[in-house]
Amino acid sequence: MAGVRVLVGTRKGAFILTADEARRDWTVDGPHFPGWEIYHVAASPADPNRLYASQSSGWFGQLIQRSDDGGATWNPVDNTFAYDGETGTHQFYDGTPHPWEFKRVWHLEPSPTDPDVVYAGVEDAAIFRTTDGGKSWVELPGLRTHPTGPKWAPGAGGMCLHTILIDPSNPDRLYAAISAAGAFRSDDAGATWRPINNGLHSLYIPDPTAEVGHCVHRLAMHPSHPQRLFMQKHWDVMRSDDGGENWHEISGDLPSDFGFPIAVHAHEPETVYVVPIKSDAEHYPPDGKLRVYRSRGGSTAWEALTEGLPQEDCYVNVLRDAMAVDTLDQCGIYFGTTGGQVYASADGGDHWQAIVRDLPAVLSVEVQTLR
Amino acid sequence: MIRVELPAPLRALARVDGELQFDLAAPVTQRAVVDAIEARFPMLRGTIRDQQSGRRRPFVRFYALQDDLSHEDPDAPLPDPVASGAEPYLIIGAMSGG
Repeated sequence: MAGVRVLVGTRKGAFILTADEARRDWTVDGPHFPGWEIYHVAASPADPNRLYASQSSGWFGQLIQRSDDGGATWNPVDNTFAYDGETGTHQFYDGTPHPWEFKRVWHLEPSPTDPDVVYAGVEDAAIFRTTDGGKSWVELPGLRTHPTGPKWAPGAGGMCLHTILIDPSNPDRLYAAISAAGAFRSDDAGATWRPINNGLHSLYIPDPTAEVGHCVHRLAMHPSHPQRLFMQKHWDVMRSDDGGENWHEISGDLPSDFGFPIAVHAHEPETVYVVPIKSDAEHYPPDGKLRVYRSRGGSTAWEALTEGLPQEDCYVNVLRDAMAVDTLDQCGIYFGTTGGQVYASADGGDHWQAIVRDLPAVLSVEVQTLR
Repeated sequence: MIRVELPAPLRALARVDGELQFDLAAPVTQRAVVDAIEARFPMLRGTIRDQQSGRRRPFVRFYALQDDLSHEDPDAPLPDPVASGAEPYLIIGAMSGG
């Protein structure tokens, strides 16, 4: 029987939520790694039992954990993230040059075809790769050493590489997004990179249309249309139909176009989900109403999805890696909040229920469809 | 034989209970103690000191004999009661960092 496994990273541990395909009755397993910040838990599409988790703490630094049995047991793998060669400098908050310093792994992106290959996006921004299941990590330095690197600057959450997308039709094509540098693309398996920020307009940087400096919060892609990308930026929801060469705004009638996550329906490549947040200073939903918004068919008219979500006095945030979709026939949508709720919809967003309500603040949500 | 107490999160990571014991050649230094911990428990590499710089992590402290040894020279010999195991060497998660 089909089912789903939701992988939740929180400020104080990881949780694994499981259900059958009806997605009504849930089992909550955890905390795994209690007390540690789990920025991300990711599963290999090529082997559903192979999971990777980014485990860190302010005391004891960064570890990577690997499971070969679907999260029942875990073992630490290599945690050496050494920048390749001279680290150079980027802009610090005050505009002064600041050397790159490794802080943590924000995002793990397993290869769609090889469970031993995983990309890691780290703070300060760089991309690493393992090809041996985590026994060793090697930087792909072409991104960090891009000539625009000295102009990159940290966002409020640090200078993090938080999004990695792999084109399923062309594994040499990778996308990465950095706060606050922008979106980048590689067409040679990560050896070289170039900014793809044409069309972005960011009022909070001196030149609003600069090549880099944009605070991209999240990118999303549907695997059947890898040329089409969606972006939630600091402000603005954007779309590209040409692999990021050009972007145009699709914020339309959203109550706020500020937000963090963005996701695409599993079976409708033009159906997109965002969670509007009031503003850069007020990180909670407008009017105290937690609403997911859905756009269909490329429309800039967005539909509020509210059934089962709190519609008064709700002041949580939904972070950039905390939304995911399953691939069951009736596509399921999942997101977690800084208030510790994980919500699920088994019908593409029309109805929602809280799987669990009182976890630590949720940092990331991924979902595996198990068949 | 030196006795070492790890903070609870690192005991869990290393899957050990209670105190650790190491037989180290003289002179017993703080660097030698951490070297020995990392050699026996590779999963602790990077958790006590940075793997690249070798520096103690900012929110980790080293205590013994009711003194804070965190800022002492890592290559200086530890006091005899600690080096001999009469008193434990404590690795502490600072009152911050989490």
